Amino acid sequence: MTAAAGAVPGVRGGMRRRRWARMSVPYLLALVGSAWMVILFLIPLISGLTVSLMTGDVEQGYTLTWNFGIYGELFGPGADVPYTLFLGRALLYGATATLLTIAVGYPMAYYVAFRVRPRWKTPLLSLVLVSFLVSFIIRTDMWAFLLGGQGPLLSLLHRLGVGADFHILGTPAAVIGGLAYNSLPFMVLPIYVALERIDPRLFEAASDLYASPRSVFLRTTLPLSRSGIFSGILLVFIDCAGDPVNAQLLGGKSTYLIGQAIQDTYLTQQSYNVAAALSTVLMIALGVILFAYARVFGTDNIEDLV
Amino acid sequence: MSPENDPALRRGLTQARLSRRGLLRGAGALGGAAALSALLAACSIPGTDRNAAAADAIDWTRWWAAKRKAGVLDFANWPLYIDQDDKGNSESLTRFTAATGIAVSYKEVIQDDPSFYAKIAPLLRAQQSTGYDLMVITNGWQLTELIDNGWLAQLDHTQLPNFAKYADTSVLFPAYDPGNLHTTVWQTGFSGIAYNERLTGGPITSWDDLLHPRFRGKIGMFSDNTEYGNAALLAVGVEPTKATRDDWKKALRWLERLQPNVAKFYDQGYTDALQNGDIWISQAWSGDVYQVQAGGHDEIRFVTPEEGQTMWHDAMCIPITARHPVDALAWMNYYYQPETAGLVEDYVNYVCPVPAAKDYILNTIGDAPVANSPLVFPTPQTLAKSHEMYVYRDYADYAAWNAMFDPIAQA
Repeated sequence: MTAAAGAVPGVRGGMRRRRWARMSVPYLLALVGSAWMVILFLIPLISGLTVSLMTGDVEQGYTLTWNFGIYGELFGPGADVPYTLFLGRALLYGATATLLTIAVGYPMAYYVAFRVRPRWKTPLLSLVLVSFLVSFIIRTDMWAFLLGGQGPLLSLLHRLGVGADFHILGTPAAVIGGLAYNSLPFMVLPIYVALERIDPRLFEAASDLYASPRSVFLRTTLPLSRSGIFSGILLVFIDCAGDPVNAQLLGGKSTYLIGQAIQDTYLTQQSYNVAAALSTVLMIALGVILFAYARVFGTDNIEDLV
Repeated sequence: MSPENDPALRRGLTQARLSRRGLLRGAGALGGAAALSALLAACSIPGTDRNAAAADAIDWTRWWAAKRKAGVLDFANWPLYIDQDDKGNSESLTRFTAATGIAVSYKEVIQDDPSFYAKIAPLLRAQQSTGYDLMVITNGWQLTELIDNGWLAQLDHTQLPNFAKYADTSVLFPAYDPGNLHTTVWQTGFSGIAYNERLTGGPITSWDDLLHPRFRGKIGMFSDNTEYGNAALLAVGVEPTKATRDDWKKALRWLERLQPNVAKFYDQGYTDALQNGDIWISQAWSGDVYQVQAGGHDEIRFVTPEEGQTMWHDAMCIPITARHPVDALAWMNYYYQPETAGLVEDYVNYVCPVPAAKDYILNTIGDAPVANSPLVFPTPQTLAKSHEMYVYRDYADYAAWNAMFDPIAQA
C-alpha cells in the first residue's frame, strides 16, 4: 500500500472516501430504524404533547396557548371528571392482569421448554398462538357469552348452589380476566424464548452441587429467565393499561378506564386537547412505572434483556 | 494476521469514535429539530366555522346545473343495512343499475358516527373528496356538524319527485334539518324499552317503571348520552326538541335516581344480555327487537313507554366534495319508490320511511310478518308518541350536554 501510494495521484482522496464509507456504515444501517423512531414515535409524541397545550374547540379551531393548566384541571383535586380514578383503575387492572399472565404463562412456557419432546414444541407453541386467528373483538365477545347471566359457566355455578345474585360479567374481575386472556401469548412467548436458551447442563451442575429441585428453579432457572419475564411485562402491561375494548365488552358501569376516556374524549366529545392530555399522562405514568421497574429489577446491561 | 496488524483493531485505536454521550447528544439535536418542525406544523388546528359561510354563499341551482351524471355511485352505509342475498348481491341496487345505468360501489364502512366522522372530517376540511357520493349518518351531533360546517350539498328537490310523493310525514320537516335541505331518511328507528317478560314477570309500560327497586342491577341503557339524555327528558315530561337547560337538569336528576338500577351502559349486545338474563329491561331499538323476535324469542317484548319514545333517523346525505352527486341524487329518488323501499325494508326491518311499501311487501314479496309488524310500519298512535331528539345548537351546546350527562355513564 505504501509503495503504491506516491505513484498514483488521487489515492489519498480515495482512501479518505473509503474511510468515510466504512465509518458511515453503522449510521446508514441505523437510518431506517432511526427514521422509524422519529416518524412513528417522536413526532406523534411531540405533536400529542403540543395538542394537549392548545385551547379552543372544533368550530373555532385550536391554537397553541401553552395551556399547562389543563393537566391540573383534569387531574387536580377539583376535576369535574375523575380521570385520576380512571387512570389508577387502568394501572391497577393492567398490573393485576400482568401478574395473572405471569402466573399462568410461566408454567406453560416452562412445560413447553423443558417437559415435552422436541417434536411437540412447535405444535404446542402454535396452540398458544392459534387464538390470534380469531378477531380480538370476537374473542372478547365470546367471553361475554360464556360468562353471561345464563351462559354455561353461571348456569353450572347456579346449579351447584351459588346465589342467584352472583354474576361475573360487569365486574372488575371479568375485565381483568379478559385483559389477561387476550395478552397471554405476549407473556408465554418471551418467557419460552428465555427458557429455551438456558443450557440444561446448568441444572445438572446445580444438582451436582446439592441444590434441591426448588433451589435449582429459584437460583438458576428463574434468574436466567428474567429477561423473558421483563419483556413479557413490557408487552402485556403497556397493552393492558391503555386497552378500551375489554372494559367496554366485559365491564359494567363501574369499570370505566382511561383508554375508554381517551377514545370518548377524542371521538365523541371531540375535545382534542383533553384527549391528548389524557394520553400524554397515561404515557408518562407508564414510562415512569416501567423505568422504575427496570431500575429496581432489571439489569445494567440492556443486552441481557434481549 | 498478527493482532497488531488487525485493521479493525488499528482503526479502533487510532480513529476518533462517537462516544455514547456524543451519540445521544447528536440524537438529541436531531430529535429536537424534528420536534421543532412537528411543533411548527401542529401549532394550530383550523376550525370549521368559515366553511359554513362559504356553503351558504353557493348558488345551489347553478351548482347542480353544472354537475353531470357519471354512471358511477360510491355509497357508504352501515353493515347489514340493505337487502342482500346469500352471495351479498342486492336486488334493489341491481335494479337501480338496470334502470339508470349507474353502477354502484356499495361499501359497509360505517360502524358508528363518531369514528366515521373522524375519518372524513379532515378530508372535508381540506375540501377533498371522501371517496363517497352518498353516506348514511344518524341525526345527532355529527350530522349537525356536517350541516353546520357546510360540508353537505343542498339537495335539488326538483330531482326528488318520489320523495315528495311517497315520504311519510314522520320523515318530513325534521328538526335536525329543516326543510330536508340536506338529507332524506334511509331508515327510522324507535328508542323505546325492551324487556324479558319471563324475568320481569309482568309488562313494563313506562320509563318510570325502570325506577322500581325490584330492578336494581337489572337495567340496561345505551352508552350514548344523546340516547339516555333524551329518554330522560321524555321521562320527566319534556318535549326533547324544546328542552331548556333547566329541563336538562330535571332529566339529570331522573337519571341519577335510575342509576343504581343500571347494570351497564351498552353500545351493543344488549339483546343478548336480555335473552341470557344479565339484564331484564333495556333501552332498545325497535329494529333489534324485531330481529330477536323473528329469531323465535317471543319473551323479549318491545314497548313504547307511556311518556313517549325517541325517534332517530339514519339520513342519506351527499358530501359537498362528492365526485358523482347527480348519481347520488338519482339513488335517493329511486329509493323512495314503494318497490325499492319495500325490497330494502323486507330485509332491514327498522321503520320504513315509505308507507306505501307495505302493500308491496304484503302482496308482491308476500312477507306478511314484516308488512303487518307495528315495528316496521307503525300505527299513527305509536308515531304520535314518538319524538324527535334534541338538536345541538353548536359545539358549546353539545359540550354543555356532555358535561351534564357524561358522568351518568362514566362512573
